[in-house]
Amino acid sequence: MSKTFIIAQREFLSRVQKKTFLLTTILLPLIIFVFYGFIIYFSVNSSDTLHITVVDEGKVLPNKLENKDDIKLNWQTQGDAKLLKAEVAAKKIDAFVVLPKTNLPSDTVQLVSGKTLGLITRERLERMFNNALEEQRLLGLNVSKQQLDSIQTNNTVVFTSIDGKEDNDVKAGVSYAVGYISGFMIYLILFIYGSMVMRGVMEEKTNRIAEVIVSSTKPFELMMGKILGIGAVGLVQFTIWLVIGTTINLLLPLLFPGMNPADSQQATAALGAAQQAQQSGAVAGIMKGISTINFPLVIGCFFFYFLGGYFIYSALFAAVGSAVNDDPQDAQSLMLPITMPIIFAIVIMTKAVNDPNSSLAVFGSLFPLTSPIVMMGRIAHGVPDGVPYWQLILSMALLIAGFIGTTWVAGKIYRTGILMYGKKPTWKELIKWARKSD
Amino acid sequence: MQTLLELKELQKHYAAHKAVDGISFTIDKGSIFGLLGPNGAGKTTLLRMITGIIHPDGGQILLNGEPFKGLGDARKIGYMPEERGLYKKMKIGEQALYLAQLRGLSKQEAQTSLEYWFTKLDMTSWFNKKVEDLSKGMSQKLQFVTTVMHNPQLIILDEPFSGLDPVNANLIKEEIFELAQKGATVIFSTHRMEQVEEICSKIVLINLGKKIIDGTVSAIKQAHKQHLFEVQTPQADKVSAVADLFTITAKNDSSVTLQKQANSSNNQILQNLIHQGIDINGFEEKLPSLNDIFIQLVEGTHATARAFQTA
Repeated sequence: MSKTFIIAQREFLSRVQKKTFLLTTILLPLIIFVFYGFIIYFSVNSSDTLHITVVDEGKVLPNKLENKDDIKLNWQTQGDAKLLKAEVAAKKIDAFVVLPKTNLPSDTVQLVSGKTLGLITRERLERMFNNALEEQRLLGLNVSKQQLDSIQTNNTVVFTSIDGKEDNDVKAGVSYAVGYISGFMIYLILFIYGSMVMRGVMEEKTNRIAEVIVSSTKPFELMMGKILGIGAVGLVQFTIWLVIGTTINLLLPLLFPGMNPADSQQATAALGAAQQAQQSGAVAGIMKGISTINFPLVIGCFFFYFLGGYFIYSALFAAVGSAVNDDPQDAQSLMLPITMPIIFAIVIMTKAVNDPNSSLAVFGSLFPLTSPIVMMGRIAHGVPDGVPYWQLILSMALLIAGFIGTTWVAGKIYRTGILMYGKKPTWKELIKWARKSD
Repeated sequence: MQTLLELKELQKHYAAHKAVDGISFTIDKGSIFGLLGPNGAGKTTLLRMITGIIHPDGGQILLNGEPFKGLGDARKIGYMPEERGLYKKMKIGEQALYLAQLRGLSKQEAQTSLEYWFTKLDMTSWFNKKVEDLSKGMSQKLQFVTTVMHNPQLIILDEPFSGLDPVNANLIKEEIFELAQKGATVIFSTHRMEQVEEICSKIVLINLGKKIIDGTVSAIKQAHKQHLFEVQTPQADKVSAVADLFTITAKNDSSVTLQKQANSSNNQILQNLIHQGIDINGFEEKLPSLNDIFIQLVEGTHATARAFQTA
C-alpha cells in the first residue's frame, strides 16, 4: 500500500508541478467562458440592422408596424419595383416588401433582398407580416381590438407532480441544463483522464522503465498508483474549477447588478412596464428554478460518479496501454470497445435528461459502464422525483462492484502486457491474459 | 563459502515452449557469477523469476537458505534489466530517490545513499537535469546507480555494458568489483564472452531453457581443453611433426601450434623439439576461450530459431 502511495505521489506531482497544468487549469475555463461570452454577445447583438422599404399600395396595414432594434421599416404607399431594385443594388436599402393590395389569405407578400437572409430573420419577418395581416383581417370582421387582445392571451398551464409539488417548465429546463452539463463533464473526464492514464502506461512501457519498477513493486500497485495519482490530479483540477466557478457566480451580481433577482424585482415594481416585467420575470424564474436544484446533492453525486466512472474506465485504459506498444494506431483499435459504452452513455443521457424515469434511462443509470454519465442526467431532476432512492443506492453499489471487477481484470492484463514487447496482442490473447492465474 | 542463492529444478512454461526447464545451481556470497546463453536461451525469464517479477511454475528459489519471498525481498535485490529505461521528463535526482524509495528505502536513507553515489561517480552536477538531456552513457551510469542505491545483497545486471563507451564500461566494472569485495553478490548476464572471462569467478551456461554447464571459468576451460600447445620460436618453419608425439595444426613466423597425441607428455615433446635443434622462447598450453566452448556447446541446437521469440 505504501508503494502505491509513493507511485501515486510521483504521478500526481509530476503532473501538477508542470507549468502546463497551471495554464490549462486556469486558462481553460477562462477560454471557454470568453468563448461562450462572445457567442452569446454576437447572437444577441447582431450588429446588422436591416433597412426594409415596405410598399403598401392598398393601405392594408394602416397602423403600420413598429420598428424593431435591428429591423427598420420605411413605409411607402407607392413604389416602383425597378427603382427599389436599383436602391437595393446600390445598397441604400437591404430589401423591399410589396404588400398585396387586398388583404386576402391567398395573397402573397413579396420580399426582394440584396443578400440572402438568415433563417431566423426570414422566420421573424414572416411572422411579423403574417401576424399583422391576420390581425387586420380579424379587425375587418368587426372584432374590437380589446376582444382581439383577450383572445390572443395564452392560458397558463401549471404542471404539478402527484405530491403537489410544482413542476414548472423553468424548473424542468434548469434540471435539464444542469443534468446535461454535469453528464457531459463526466463524459469529458472519462476521456481526458482515462487517456492520460493510458498514455502514462504506454510511456512506461516504451521507456522500458516498467521492468525496473515491477522488480520492486507489484504491477497491480503500479497500476493503482498511476490511477490514483492521476485521479487526484483530476480532483484538484475540478476543485479549482468549482472554486473559480463559485467565485465568478458570486462576483457576477456585483459586476452586472441587473442579474440579481432581488434587484430586478425591485426594478419591476418601480417601472411596472409590461415588457420589463416579462423579462425580469423570466430571469427570476430561472433563478427560482436554479434554487430548486439540490446543489449539494448534485455536486456530491458528481464527485462520486466522477471517481467511480474514472476508476472503471482508467483501469480499462491502463490495460489497453499495457497491451500495445508505442504505435498510436494499435491503441486506437483496442480502445474502440472502451469508447463505445461511453458514447452509448452520452446518447442515453440525452434521453434521460428529458425523461428521467424511462426504462432506458433507468437501465443506463444502473449499468456501471454507463451509470456515471446517465445518472448525472437524472440526478439533476432531484431525488426522489427524478431518481428513487433505491435506484441511486443500487447504482452506486453496482458502480463500486463494477470498478472492483474491471480493476481486477485490467490488473491481470496489465501484469502480462507491461512486460510484453513485440506485436500487438489479439483479443483472444488479451482474454487469455485476463483469465490466467498466478 | 556461504551460499547466497540456490535454485532447485526451476521451471517456467509458456504456451509454446519451456522457457526455463529444470535449472539448478548455487551462487556463493560475494562472488561475481556469470549467466551465459545465446539470445532466447531463457536468461531473462530466469532473471525475472529471481527478481520476483514472475513466479516459477515449478522448483524452488532459496535466498540465504530461506524460500524466496518474491517482491517481499525487493529490498535485498537490485535489478538492471536488459530492457531498461528511465522517465525522460523527470529530474535525475528525483528519479533516483523515487526508485530507491520503491525498493523500500526511507526518503532519508535514499537521500544519504544518493549523495554517496552521486559524489562517487562524479554526477552531483546532474542532479537537476532531466534524463532526456543526458547522453546514453550518462543515463547508463544513472541506471547503474539506481540499481545499487539501496545497497542490495544480490545485484543482477543484464547486459550491463551494452551501449557504454570503454571509459564508462571500465568505471562500472570497477564498481562491480568493489561491491563484490564489500560482500555483495553479482549476477552478470551476457552473451559477450570476453567480459565474462575478465570478471566472473563462476559461470553457468544455459541454452533452450536447460543448464549446459556450470563451474569456475578455469575448471570449465580445463574440462574443454583440446591439448593444444603453442611453441614460441624464431625457427617455426623448421618444426616437423612426430607421429607418436604431436601434429602441427598451425604455423606462423614466430610460433607453431601443436596438437599433443594421447600418450605423449609435455616433457617428451620438449625433448623432441630440443633434439630437432629448435630455439624455444616459450612453451604454453593453449586453453580454449569461453567463446569457443560456448559456440561448440551451443552449435547444432535450435538456439537461433528461438532467438527471436519473446519470453
